[in-house]
Amino acid sequence: MNPTLSENGDRRSQERLMKGNEAAIYGALMAGCRSFYGYPITPASELAETAARLFPACGGTFLQAESEVAAINMLYGASSAGERTMTASSGPGISLMMEGVSYAAGAELPMVIVNVMRGGPGLGNIGPEQGDYFQAVKGGGHGCYRSLVLAPDSPQEMADLTALAFELSDQYRNPALVLADGFVGQMMEPVSLPLAARVPPPRPWAVTGLPATRRNLITSIHLDHDVLESHVRQLHVKYERARRREVRYEEYAVADARVVLIGYGIVSRVLRRAVGLCRAAGIKAGLLRPITLWPFPSQRIAELARGAARLMVVELSTGQMVEDVRLAVAERCPVDFLGRWGGNVPSSEEVVDSIVQRMRERTGDEEHVAHVA
Amino acid sequence: MSRMLLERPRSFYPVFTRKEGDPTVTHYCPGCGHGIVHKYVAEAIDDFGIADRVIFVNPVGCSVFAYYYLDVGHIQAAHGRAPAVATAAKRARPDSIVICYQGDGDLAAIGGNEILHAANRGENLTVLFINNAIYGMTGGQMAPTTLLGQVTTTTPLGRSAATDGYPVRVCELLGSLSAPASLARVALGDAKRDMAARKAIRRAIRNQIEGKGFSLVEILSPCPVGWKQTPADAAKHVLATMTKTFPPGVVKDFPAQEGGAAPSPQDAAGGRRPPVPREAIPEILGLQSPATVDHGMETKPWSRLGIEPRFLDPRIKAAGFGGQGVLFLGTLLAEAGRLAGWSVSWLPSYGPEMRGGTAHCHVILSRAPVDSPLVSRASVLFAFNRPSLDRFLPDVRDGGLVIFDSGLVPDPPDLSRVEAIGLPATAIAGKAGSVKVANLVALGAYIERTRVLPEAAVVGALAAKGLSSQVADLNLEALRAGMRFRCAP
Ligand SMILES: Cc1ncc(C[n+]2csc(CCOP(=O)(O)OP(=O)(O)O)c2C)c(N)n1
Ligand code: SF4
Repeated sequence: MNPTLSENGDRRSQERLMKGNEAAIYGALMAGCRSFYGYPITPASELAETAARLFPACGGTFLQAESEVAAINMLYGASSAGERTMTASSGPGISLMMEGVSYAAGAELPMVIVNVMRGGPGLGNIGPEQGDYFQAVKGGGHGCYRSLVLAPDSPQEMADLTALAFELSDQYRNPALVLADGFVGQMMEPVSLPLAARVPPPRPWAVTGLPATRRNLITSIHLDHDVLESHVRQLHVKYERARRREVRYEEYAVADARVVLIGYGIVSRVLRRAVGLCRAAGIKAGLLRPITLWPFPSQRIAELARGAARLMVVELSTGQMVEDVRLAVAERCPVDFLGRWGGNVPSSEEVVDSIVQRMRERTGDEEHVAHVA
Repeated sequence: MSRMLLERPRSFYPVFTRKEGDPTVTHYCPGCGHGIVHKYVAEAIDDFGIADRVIFVNPVGCSVFAYYYLDVGHIQAAHGRAPAVATAAKRARPDSIVICYQGDGDLAAIGGNEILHAANRGENLTVLFINNAIYGMTGGQMAPTTLLGQVTTTTPLGRSAATDGYPVRVCELLGSLSAPASLARVALGDAKRDMAARKAIRRAIRNQIEGKGFSLVEILSPCPVGWKQTPADAAKHVLATMTKTFPPGVVKDFPAQEGGAAPSPQDAAGGRRPPVPREAIPEILGLQSPATVDHGMETKPWSRLGIEPRFLDPRIKAAGFGGQGVLFLGTLLAEAGRLAGWSVSWLPSYGPEMRGGTAHCHVILSRAPVDSPLVSRASVLFAFNRPSLDRFLPDVRDGGLVIFDSGLVPDPPDLSRVEAIGLPATAIAGKAGSVKVANLVALGAYIERTRVLPEAAVVGALAAKGLSSQVADLNLEALRAGMRFRCAP
């Protein structure tokens, strides 16, 4: 593939070294986003700082809101008025936004929320963690709704998946979350951007203060039980469509893998190295990296479970995504879990050690282990 | 309500098709203030000819369904958040007329922060604040504006200052801010008061049309059902009792005040942003097409540079005190590496750890795409103080390269397992002009020893930093001093 062309054939810019948090803002502006409302929090603050510099220069709005509660409701207002809009925060701030995300899902408003995850619960710490997986993929706010959730593994994907989040969010008229972590947000890598800015699709449903939209109404209230039931049913028809069409993942060395590692975000980078170390030591390891966490690549995981001897999920949490993996696998093969949290990230070597140890525990895999020892 | 139906404004729907149940009567109770205010708003919208431009923000409260009645664009907001929603709608659509409509629970309790800050920013909005001293929609609980002694379902013995605090005077509270253009309190209750309310509402809308900034009208309003009174008694109660705690009047009116408040911060541009065409965005962001960029440097030069295999694909840790330029060194390595054609990554320590005085980063230069950006087993360590050397030396693999400041760490731990270069980087930097460039001295020693980067790549990386020429020269001077340092292989 020509590296100067993106997936859809757009010409791409010269690479530039950027933090993931900066890259997300560049991706957003090229996706036609024109407002950023947010409240500072480590490790997400560079998003607001970069937005403060670049949004006004691009004819957009940057506003430091009085709280994350206000910020998410500003997104609600901007989106209702037809503008592509975004915010960014980390755990404590994202929790405050959940009411607003539920309202936006109910009112079918597109918006993009970047969560640069840190350690929790409570104030926790600012190290990288993935403890907000449940909050992101299971709803997080009240009511029967889903958010589209994308998990970048690099600054490049912070740009690309933020841009994709805008497209999906408009397409499904639903909030989209970019679920990053402290390391993906803070690290720098070369980033290349499309050279043509996107034109957002029309939003005929918006309330714009123009004659054509005078009869439009943005609301999430439906007093009549039957009306609300059919409204939510229609949301779920939409979610089913997303489940069929929007699953994205990346695979590495799975074809002959006996152990398939599963991880997203920064963890998937650690795992990719672990696969190399495993293979050098004679263990046939592979990697599945979910790119969309919702919809989740359940089907693919079920297929892999049929072929591989075992799966191992690695997360920066006490075990959240692993529940979805186990649902998908439905006992077809053993699913191991390795978790670190509190800001700690397992090294690739630690992952390999864990694989070896678990293989030892299973007599059936003795011969493989012999290679390593 | 009958008065309203007799003389229906054009922007008041004749039949309420969005409403469940009887579409010819409103959902408000007889004698409720909301219906009267709706009517005044509709009249003003008609008279100013702005029906097509209005974005009406509906609150949570009895008026959540204002959109049943007003023939304009509507956004229904979460409880208390209407000012935040309105702020962004107005900024997205500066030519619209955004009317934010809120009850006392909505505005003064749960939404206290949003209204305070929208007012303080001087958002060019019209806020209509219905103060009925109670939570109507949820069945008559205490509001922040409930009068002392007033019985509600959550103050069964009457509101007591000792346990519930005093009624909140919103206009006076916001009156201490510099930004609001106009703050006024009016009351509904008799023909004269109603007309004054009507006038104040019109003025608050006109202010926005004229770009004057934040205008709020607090309307003391009857809630006969919540108060358990007849409509006639409730009207009397507003005038005879509520006005004692909430005196009607103009708290602030910028256009009418001599040398009054500061003009709304948003007056100048009227919230309008200069339009930027889509085509201009890449340039504003400084994006360059690949063809136009020429570093004058051969990429992927590792074969020709004659790098020893053990120095290829370095996985680097750099550590020291904050202020020693450790993170900067890391970004230079990454940027220079990128310019020289390596795949690169840089991962910093961040947050309080840095403020606490130590910093470290992970840098990888690799021929293949970088897998994990975390350096767990380092092949290179830069250590600028003893704690860093002690902490990270165990992570260096056997035969790895350790570059440390021998001036600051005169008595290093056992380094026989690795190749160590101790150089007095800080002292050398001091001689070159500033101890701050010790990081560049160490970098110079590294590239001289390993040839991983040509000097030109570091020069290019320094140029990309946008330093003043003086600082850039100092950095280069230090780099070269480090390169001249004779490291015993
Ligand atoms: C977050 C949240 N908390 C509580 C409620 C329940 N609730 C609905 S309306 C209301 C009070 C409304 O009172 P007010 O703003 O005075 O308006 P009124 O009904 O008197 O016009 C409350 C507490 C809610 N909808 N959302
Ligand atoms: S409860 Fe009070 S505020 Fe609500 S509609 Fe009835 S009178 Fe009006």
